[in-house]
Amino acid sequence: MERRLIMGSKKESTFINMVSALLIVTLVASAVLGYVYELTKEPIAKAKLEKKLNAIKAVVPTFNNNPDSAKFELAVEGGAPVIAYPATMDDQLVGTAIESYTMSGFSGLIKIMVGLKPDGSIFGISVLEHKETPGLGTHMSDDWFLGQFKDKNPASFNVKVKKDGGEVDAITAATISSRAFSDAVIRAYDSYMNRPNEQQVTSDTTTTVEIIEEEVTDE
Amino acid sequence: MNNWKNFTKGLLKENPVFVLLLGMCPVLGVTTSAENGLGMGLATTFVLVMSNIVVSVVKGGIPDKVRIPAFIIIIASFVTVVELTMQAFLPSLFESLGLFIPLIVVNCIVLGRAEAFASKNGVVSSAIDGFGMGLGFSLALTVLGAARELLGSGKIFGMQIFDESYGMLVFILAPGAFIVLAYLISIVNKLNKA
Repeated sequence: MERRLIMGSKKESTFINMVSALLIVTLVASAVLGYVYELTKEPIAKAKLEKKLNAIKAVVPTFNNNPDSAKFELAVEGGAPVIAYPATMDDQLVGTAIESYTMSGFSGLIKIMVGLKPDGSIFGISVLEHKETPGLGTHMSDDWFLGQFKDKNPASFNVKVKKDGGEVDAITAATISSRAFSDAVIRAYDSYMNRPNEQQVTSDTTTTVEIIEEEVTDE
Repeated sequence: MNNWKNFTKGLLKENPVFVLLLGMCPVLGVTTSAENGLGMGLATTFVLVMSNIVVSVVKGGIPDKVRIPAFIIIIASFVTVVELTMQAFLPSLFESLGLFIPLIVVNCIVLGRAEAFASKNGVVSSAIDGFGMGLGFSLALTVLGAARELLGSGKIFGMQIFDESYGMLVFILAPGAFIVLAYLISIVNKLNKA
């Protein structure tokens, strides 16, 4: 009896009724969503920026500028460029955080933030994003693994897992993740060391001198 | 009395996970830790309560033949509200739940309650039904997450319970989800029969 009453109050499924019902539902839904989007737009941007700044803070010495506003891109050979965030203390460069990546993780993309001191040695590394296997590749965020890179200069410290003849202690049973991680570190280091230096770019003579010097040392 | 029944049936007698076996995708996917399970459960509870309320309010104005698309739009709107709010105010939780939040839309427990209960009942009892079902869902996800976290990495809610070197990886991975869920279902079956 009660059921029939409810059915009776229901609108008939005529074309006009169906179109107008759906139209009203979608209109109200989009209005609500637009309102919530406007409301949360700023907090979301803020949360994202804060997350980025926290990641930068964790990998470079204390700084007092806004590295996000000073960011620039560094070209990578045969791949998408990496983003560098220079950190300065009273206008003195104390380190550069480089958002580097590798595609060779066990489940593809791994994103890390590598902090390099001005001389190119590693100050700290933190993991931003990965899809590695929980309990295996996820150990790359552990202190013991990240700690082994601290204060090492990739020029003298061979950033390759020991299996490949390098000096990096791989995560047990996660050599692929460790290898990918090393690849991302090297990508950050190489792109930083090969960065176009502003002073060199502005003056042709110094550039040639630099090139000649490099050639000499290579021999 | 009737409302009390509507509320408690979701907790054990008609628990969406252990008895109805609905919404298995997020159940198995996100319960790698107790915190993830609880977060997902509460997000789903919010969507369930709000969509049940709205569906029971508008049910008279929606012709039968287009009720499913209309319900889905209502559910999807609330899921997007949850997603945006979480992204803004709980970014770390949002990161670990990630992909599974938008998937609440297709969680059949939400549409199931809208179709089976809210489209036939009043606002108050629909809200209570959604709340009870949501809490039952959260309870199941939290218990499952806690069991997997404890067996897999020796922690509960990130607190170390067993020794640091302890860990049975399989319980964090997908097979562990099936194994733990099966044991929990058999325990609930035993309780319901008693």
